[in-house]
Amino acid sequence: MTAPLLDIRSLHLGVALGRSAHHPLLKGVSFQIMPGEAYGLVGESGSGKSVTSLAVMGLLKRPLAVSSGEILFKGQNLLTLPKREMRRLRGNRIAMIFQEPMTALNPLSTVGRQIAEMFVLHQDKSWNEAQKLAIDALASVRVPNPDRRAKNYPHQMSGGLRQRVMIAMALACNPDLLIADEPTTALDVTVQAEVLRLIKELCAERGTAVLFISHDLGVIASICQRVGVMYAGCLVEENETRALFDTPRHDYTKGLLGALPRLGSRSQHGRQRLVDIDSIIADRSKLTETRFIAPRGIEGSQP
Amino acid sequence: MTAPLLQVDDLHVRFPISGGGLLGRGRRMLHAVNGISFSLAKGECLSIVGESGCGKSTTALSILGLQEPTEGMIRYRGLPLAGPGAPGRMQRAKAVQMVFQDPYASLNPRQSVRSSLAAPLRLHGFTAGSEIDGRIEVMLKNVGLTPEHANRYPHEFSGGQRQRIGIARALILEPEIVVLDEPVSALDVSIRAQIINLLLDLQEKLGLSYLMISHDLSVVEHMSDRVLVMYFGQIVEEGGWREIFEAPAHPYTRRLIAAIPDPEKALNTAELQDCVSDVPQFAGRSFISDGSTAPDVFTAPAPSELVEIGASHKVRLASA
Amino acid sequence: MRLGFNFWLGTGLTALVIFAGVLAPWIAPFDPVLDADLMSSELPPDATFWFGTDAQGRDVYTRILFGAQISLTVGIVSQVINSIIGVTLGMTAGYWGGWWDDLVNGLTNVMLAIPSLIFALAVMAVLGPGLPSLLVALGLTNWSWTCRIARSSTLSLKSQGYVQAAQTLGYGDLRIMFTQILPNMMGPILVMATLGMGSAVLSEAALSFLGLGIQPPFPSWGSMLTDARQLIQLAPWVAIFPGLAIFLSVLGFNLLGDGLRDSLDPHMRTRKP
Repeated sequence: MTAPLLDIRSLHLGVALGRSAHHPLLKGVSFQIMPGEAYGLVGESGSGKSVTSLAVMGLLKRPLAVSSGEILFKGQNLLTLPKREMRRLRGNRIAMIFQEPMTALNPLSTVGRQIAEMFVLHQDKSWNEAQKLAIDALASVRVPNPDRRAKNYPHQMSGGLRQRVMIAMALACNPDLLIADEPTTALDVTVQAEVLRLIKELCAERGTAVLFISHDLGVIASICQRVGVMYAGCLVEENETRALFDTPRHDYTKGLLGALPRLGSRSQHGRQRLVDIDSIIADRSKLTETRFIAPRGIEGSQP
Repeated sequence: MTAPLLQVDDLHVRFPISGGGLLGRGRRMLHAVNGISFSLAKGECLSIVGESGCGKSTTALSILGLQEPTEGMIRYRGLPLAGPGAPGRMQRAKAVQMVFQDPYASLNPRQSVRSSLAAPLRLHGFTAGSEIDGRIEVMLKNVGLTPEHANRYPHEFSGGQRQRIGIARALILEPEIVVLDEPVSALDVSIRAQIINLLLDLQEKLGLSYLMISHDLSVVEHMSDRVLVMYFGQIVEEGGWREIFEAPAHPYTRRLIAAIPDPEKALNTAELQDCVSDVPQFAGRSFISDGSTAPDVFTAPAPSELVEIGASHKVRLASA
Repeated sequence: MRLGFNFWLGTGLTALVIFAGVLAPWIAPFDPVLDADLMSSELPPDATFWFGTDAQGRDVYTRILFGAQISLTVGIVSQVINSIIGVTLGMTAGYWGGWWDDLVNGLTNVMLAIPSLIFALAVMAVLGPGLPSLLVALGLTNWSWTCRIARSSTLSLKSQGYVQAAQTLGYGDLRIMFTQILPNMMGPILVMATLGMGSAVLSEAALSFLGLGIQPPFPSWGSMLTDARQLIQLAPWVAIFPGLAIFLSVLGFNLLGDGLRDSLDPHMRTRKP
């Protein structure tokens, strides 16, 4: 059996409040991502899914701090890695795309230059060479007229194009892991569909593993092979995507799935009342007491 | 047949874009809404779907009186609601109200729930304190809150509760029409169901008519009676929810439906997006646009018309 | 919420000025004007005259206490006038837009282009010296920044859902401005006013120094400095103590303003996770 690419072991993380007080945000989260696998973390605001991704990237800022646990990337604990080494990994072996590309791109520099910078920084290319690679990178994310677009500034592009530029930048150095934090939430549905397809195809082509974070179960289902459901800082259920949607076992997962209006269900069954999650869960504070983590490769087949 | 509650006829909204020459010559106009016509019946939920920039919000703002139409007529029970002879804010307030998308920006942080509900009542002539309190109490119960919540301030509430307060504020003057602007898209998934259920319950209980603006087609299918699909300022398809979702005719409608990230569909079809192929032909006439390339928003659109292709099912085709 | 050391220092200094001004008639050992005694002029600080005496033999400590009244009056009244003008113009311009906005913007730019002290000088020249004209001059000349802040806050608040909701509920424009917009921009306006008090105190000192402000023999820190000009070699305390009073009070107002800005800015608030 192959070793996992990313192995998060019992990660505890919180906000430091003063000297001794500590408000926990993650209460022992563990999951693994295999090389080339697309893993989805789904949860609502405040569930801890975004903070998990920041911890992997080593981008936690005070007062946020990891209190215990390990984040192993290719067997190496990222939490004990010197800052310099971590910087070398970031953008190179682990890349990230965000919800709002406008805030992640430098408004004063052309997108071509910003992509080229990745090659100069991580692959010691000359600027000339890097510029050419940047145009290729834009072409690979299917930006029309890449040589002309490379000269554009971020504000001259639509949200969908900017997100493509972000993807081009993230994948420039062929990272082993791509972290995508709600990358399509700010986009229109048709653009979202294109961007999702792009991420899915490019990562499959290059064998890049994906940690995909979203509140949208539909988006997660369309891109991930396995899904972890987060609630209040805990991973309450984890399974292969198909199995999770077909036979959710945790009350919270059942509640989430029932709360969504499903396309086509009204024509088949008529209008049914949506499940009010609070009516099937008597006490939300007890939700994290039970966890259903399916062992890998036993339930369901490959989707 | 009775007159429709709300009737919109050939609504146009154009915005001047600054940056023209001297004296405004060569000033370009942004065509936001290009000749929208529809009607809303009592007790009906009509949804306008489309992507950002399609003019759906501008249409809603025109009906609410927050945006002056450039051309066209909006009538409420046969009386004009915009343009010359339109009523003031006071009368309009009793006809149309709005539920906003963002529950965090739609409540004044410095007003308690009671004062944001009492102030409109006082403004509209309720003076007796006991009656105002009574109405507030009933309304809070209607939206699933308790009378004790009245003395609290917005920051003490969760997103879902804030949206309930926003609904209470929209209903406090007992309007007949409520514009729902993406009413659940800013809410957490588990809260969405509660708010959707609440909106449907209130519609039935109070006989409300909804005009919903949304890009979330699964919510639209769940809640609507009729659907208008808008694309760059025009209605490209219109019909009952069944026609739109079971037999979409316009390529753009198909594209929208295909793009919805739905778990069932994602797991059952290999491709993320169904192809927009085998589009039916209608009397040999072509579609103006299939929604894959953006038209120029600074010129009026090419001539076209909405053609009836079934009972109350219309689609926009190029003029014959 | 934690407030920094600077905020408390500012509060302390401001409180000291208010304390001195309000209690001056009771805590001052002498009369600021009448207790002139040429026999005891230009005495250095001692147990009787804490800050020494000036050329007319008046107690500098007493005069500084009474000078605080002038400085406070000038600071508060001129800022109230500034805020009223600035908020009224800025809020209506931001809310209504159109030609009114263009007009207010033009006026603001003109005001910003003229150095406010020169403008105040011109106003004083027309109105003549004295406290009332000083208040008018300083009140009319410093509203442009307040106006700009009020306008930009209004523009951003106008698009908030609750302002639109108020429009659909039938509120009139003025009611919306006073109940929905004004309460939500009081923070920055208050900060501007506090910071403005510091510069008003300085302007008062400058105008009085030039002989256009408070007329002798009434004590103002600026006019005290004027009188001390010739004595700076012989009796430096006559200049040092009013100078120190101006410095500390302006520092106090500014630190208080900065502290208020930090505490009222929602981005600076520590959020509960």
